[in-house]
Amino acid sequence: MKAAAAGLAAVVRPPLVAIAGNPNTGKTTLFNRLTKSDRKVANYPGVTVDRHEGKLTLPGGRLIAILDVPGTYSLSARSREEEIAIQSIAGLDGEHVPDLVVLVVDATQLSRNLYMALQILELEVPLVVALNMTDVLAARSEFIDTAVLSRELGVPVVPISALKGRGLDGLERAIELALASPASVRPGPRWIPDTADLREDVDIVVDALPPDWVRGSTSRARALAAWALLSVDDPDELASVPDSVRRVALARRTIAQSDGRQIDAEIIRGRYGWIDARMRSFMPPSTRGLGVSERVDTVLLNPWLGFAVFLFTMSVVFMALFSWSEPGIRAIEVGFGWLTDLVRGVLSPSIARDFVTDALIAGLGSVVVFLPQILLLFFFIGLLEDTGYMARVACIMDRLMRAMGLSGRAFVPMLSGYACAVPAILATRTMERQRDRTLTMMVVPLMTCSARLPVYTLVIAALFPPTMLFGFAPVQSLLLVAMYLFSTLLALVVAAVLSRTMLKARSVPLILELPPYRMPHWPSVVRQMLQKARAFLTEAGSVILVCTIILWGLLSFPKDGAVEARKQVIATEIAALESGSDVDSPAAQAQIEGLHAEAGDLAGESLRSSYAGTLGRAIEPTIEPLGFDWKIGIGLIGAFAAREVFVATMGVVYGIGDADEESATLRDRIRAETRANGEPVYTPLVGLSLMVFFALACQCMSTLAAVRRETKSWGWVVFLFVYMTALAWIASFVVYQGGRLLGFE
Amino acid sequence: MKRTTDIRPGDRARLVQVGGERSFRRRLMELGFLPGTTIRLVRRVAVGDLVEFEVRGGHISLRASEATALLFENDR
Repeated sequence: MKAAAAGLAAVVRPPLVAIAGNPNTGKTTLFNRLTKSDRKVANYPGVTVDRHEGKLTLPGGRLIAILDVPGTYSLSARSREEEIAIQSIAGLDGEHVPDLVVLVVDATQLSRNLYMALQILELEVPLVVALNMTDVLAARSEFIDTAVLSRELGVPVVPISALKGRGLDGLERAIELALASPASVRPGPRWIPDTADLREDVDIVVDALPPDWVRGSTSRARALAAWALLSVDDPDELASVPDSVRRVALARRTIAQSDGRQIDAEIIRGRYGWIDARMRSFMPPSTRGLGVSERVDTVLLNPWLGFAVFLFTMSVVFMALFSWSEPGIRAIEVGFGWLTDLVRGVLSPSIARDFVTDALIAGLGSVVVFLPQILLLFFFIGLLEDTGYMARVACIMDRLMRAMGLSGRAFVPMLSGYACAVPAILATRTMERQRDRTLTMMVVPLMTCSARLPVYTLVIAALFPPTMLFGFAPVQSLLLVAMYLFSTLLALVVAAVLSRTMLKARSVPLILELPPYRMPHWPSVVRQMLQKARAFLTEAGSVILVCTIILWGLLSFPKDGAVEARKQVIATEIAALESGSDVDSPAAQAQIEGLHAEAGDLAGESLRSSYAGTLGRAIEPTIEPLGFDWKIGIGLIGAFAAREVFVATMGVVYGIGDADEESATLRDRIRAETRANGEPVYTPLVGLSLMVFFALACQCMSTLAAVRRETKSWGWVVFLFVYMTALAWIASFVVYQGGRLLGFE
Repeated sequence: MKRTTDIRPGDRARLVQVGGERSFRRRLMELGFLPGTTIRLVRRVAVGDLVEFEVRGGHISLRASEATALLFENDR
């Protein structure tokens, strides 16, 4: 049965066409042009690299699956991420051998792009070359004789413009023909090792190859042997190379070295030698002046003007996340508020109703509320990547970010962290190395995100006087600025420390291509944006939803029957009074006000006796040295849902119902709160300690959910939570106890 | 023998030797930085402390400190 089912699956599986090519060749644009339906994003096993697959119906009616192989300059690899290219094209490590590879070649950088074509031909995988950017070439009055190129390579060469959508019919027909007679587009290697020494190296490695690498093809075996000689290193991160192959490849390299030979250079030079000997036959040399992009870069990479443009661009991105997302966020909040009211109107008060409104709807709301920022950030990232400006950002920011052990590409995620850590963490995928991504994810949550602002606003307004320092500097604003500087400084310090300890890695030399500036392909930008949003909703969203439900349980149980009964009575009485005819009379108003006050007190009472209340009391000894009492402890627990929830939770704890950071009642209540000995709970020093705690503590389950999604590991999630909370505790302790030693209250 | 610091922006030079660690060397060679190839130094990017080269039609930036692994001679 099983075998039959597997056989059936093999019959049903449509032919797999892999689209490969160098980065910045318009590979993804072509993929998006070809696959209009049934596209899915998965993950390559073991690495956080998206695996994009889609379907296309060819003109003749045949359905094919198209795989977008991550862009690489060559098939040789050192890291796990680079290894994906060889796995996808040679069909190693669980990947299918593609039935056809479409190599996207940038016509403006022909010889470099042909290098990879030779590698694929050596592997004996059927190949069609899609010669992209032919329109750019024509505009420069240069041309490529595709007939000659096709003859030399032994495979079809189809001129296209992926950006403008030209030549795609021809490409689809070429794919169709190639699939019909694969042998005709599998002409075998163009370049073969051309010295006796190199042939010997290759043959000895061939003998060590496992059968599933060889698959009965000598040419394929030689190609994979050459690949291993070029790729295997001590150490490397390659996962698909068997130990036998690794040992032999390393040994041959050592022997060659002792003979004064460099295998790497011999192979690479051999392939380029083949290309260079034929270049003139299909592409006449030209004497081209400076390209447009190069002239644009004299401005955009200029120390003064270029830096100004950079600051402006980054300000726009930041403003978008910080301010432009606001209407969307508010609309979502209003929408979910409306939904809550709707449910409250339909269902009678009960635990089930509370569950629906306060756990389910609130949980969904707290997931969806991230969408405006995620969409905006990925819109801009798509734009920056597609136009080629992202490489310039990496260029300009490299020196600064390197000092912290990060790559220049970490800048945009770090900047986004000031708006919200969640989209910023999702944006770390723009970096190539997993280690760089992890390091960035570990520090981004320290940035002062917008959810901390309500807490700072409440504390500053309640506890610090609106006076001027030295007669001109407003104390309250200065404090807010200080909190931003503090968090930035700490993020930089933590990055510097982690990059020298836990995430210590050999610094990898930077090789950064500056691609020509191009118009973005809008559908691709929009598509990436939607994909990110969907991935967040499904993967991080479920974790956030579960956490919200658990938190709701902690804050709502156990229920006291008498209190609940009294709450119901009050609700009924208020409803009766409000629908009564003399609702506007002073007596009725006073009565309603009294009932509301009592309801507030009861809600506070429920919260204080809930599991969260018990937990707040339980953690009091640990937060007492920071100047916090158990009621603040409850607020800290509630804030785990999202930092700004702290404000509303404190409102309930103090029995004044729903409150926001502008609430004068809450401010007064905070100022009036006293300890058992009559001293005020909240002093400016406690306020400062509280703000420092919020600046550093990982009070955000959504951040943790996003880190879980991006690292695929709970280990980093635990580490992030523990180190940030520990850091917060220590810093608050130093502020509070240090302040007291210095005589502050 | 010249280092990148000896080449004026806009000038061409012939690459003689690629040093540095193996994976860096290999990737550079695959991008066209093969000894014997004529390469143009496009500019130095002061803000990021990088050097931009043009090789085989592509523009590649390296850190100034890491580009010291490249040795050149005058283009003939």
